[in-house]
Amino acid sequence: MHETALMAEVLKIVQQSALENNLPKVTKIKLAVGKLSMALPKALIFAFQVLKKETVCEEAELEIESKEIVLQCLDCTREFRPQDYHFSCPFCTSSQVKIIQGRELHIISFEGEENELGSNCGSTLVKSQ
Amino acid sequence: MNLEVIVAQPLLKANEELAKQNRNLLNRRGITTVNLISAPGAGKTTLLEKTIEALKNSFSIGIVEGDIYTTFDSERLAGQGVAAVQINTYGGCHLDAQMVAQALERLPLDKIKLLFIENVGNLVCPAEFDLGENYKVAILSVSEGSDKPKKYPLVFQEAEAVILNKIDLLPYTDFDLAVAKEQLKEIKNNLVMFPLSAKTGEGMEAWVEWLKDKVSQTEKLSATG
Repeated sequence: MHETALMAEVLKIVQQSALENNLPKVTKIKLAVGKLSMALPKALIFAFQVLKKETVCEEAELEIESKEIVLQCLDCTREFRPQDYHFSCPFCTSSQVKIIQGRELHIISFEGEENELGSNCGSTLVKSQ
Repeated sequence: MNLEVIVAQPLLKANEELAKQNRNLLNRRGITTVNLISAPGAGKTTLLEKTIEALKNSFSIGIVEGDIYTTFDSERLAGQGVAAVQINTYGGCHLDAQMVAQALERLPLDKIKLLFIENVGNLVCPAEFDLGENYKVAILSVSEGSDKPKKYPLVFQEAEAVILNKIDLLPYTDFDLAVAKEQLKEIKNNLVMFPLSAKTGEGMEAWVEWLKDKVSQTEKLSATG
């Protein structure tokens, strides 16, 4: 329901980082969205199409990596994927579980084109920040 | 040249940091904070009115009242003699930690023992936003239907307790209390459940006792800590 606000935050973070990394054009943004998060990928894509206009992300594509729910049993330590939102351990029936995947809602990375000046190398460089 | 920048930044990071500040502030003051989440019309405000009535002689209560546009709810609660602050989100579908931080500035925190945050009526977005509360309590009313836990699992997974409100309507609906309880247990086995009717008062006692217990736990913690 608040996908537009989330996408505005994505664009704010990416625009700031693109500026810091001297990237005048962003070509791709990768997001991780957990199945248990309340953000709908379709609504995120719609918000992206609307909000990216007249920004450095105008020509960027959005890639959403959907994350399945994975739980870990705190008693027998085994990991499992719950069926039909059944949040107890299928091995030992314990209900003491920890969500280890599925609540993601973050930007993984983005790609951009550097200024023409001083770049004569066509390879992709991975940079951490 | 093409460059990939690894960001790995949660989108709700700013909210999480503010929620932590709220939590520290409230814990330092020894205040127990309950974030009430439900769909519109589940009976949050009536439940609050009746809860305040039952507890206002035991300790002082504060309310942060979230609403999209109106002040109807805080007007209803102001009559009870509690400290209430209204937040209007103007279209926003949930309260966030920033709004609550501003509301806390306007409350007499040195006098409050128990703080209720009445979230915007919505089972979707409020589940995602930590406000700095000690406990999230979800309210599910009989008239909504017993399939809601499976439809909105996150809010029930995040909750410490669930109130099954409007049980006085059970004879007139096909709501199956046993099925609803079973579904809630599947989502979170150790959920505390309070079937009650805020309107008739049936079942209110267990909920009120639970709150008293939580307040005395917080008091003990802040006395030792």
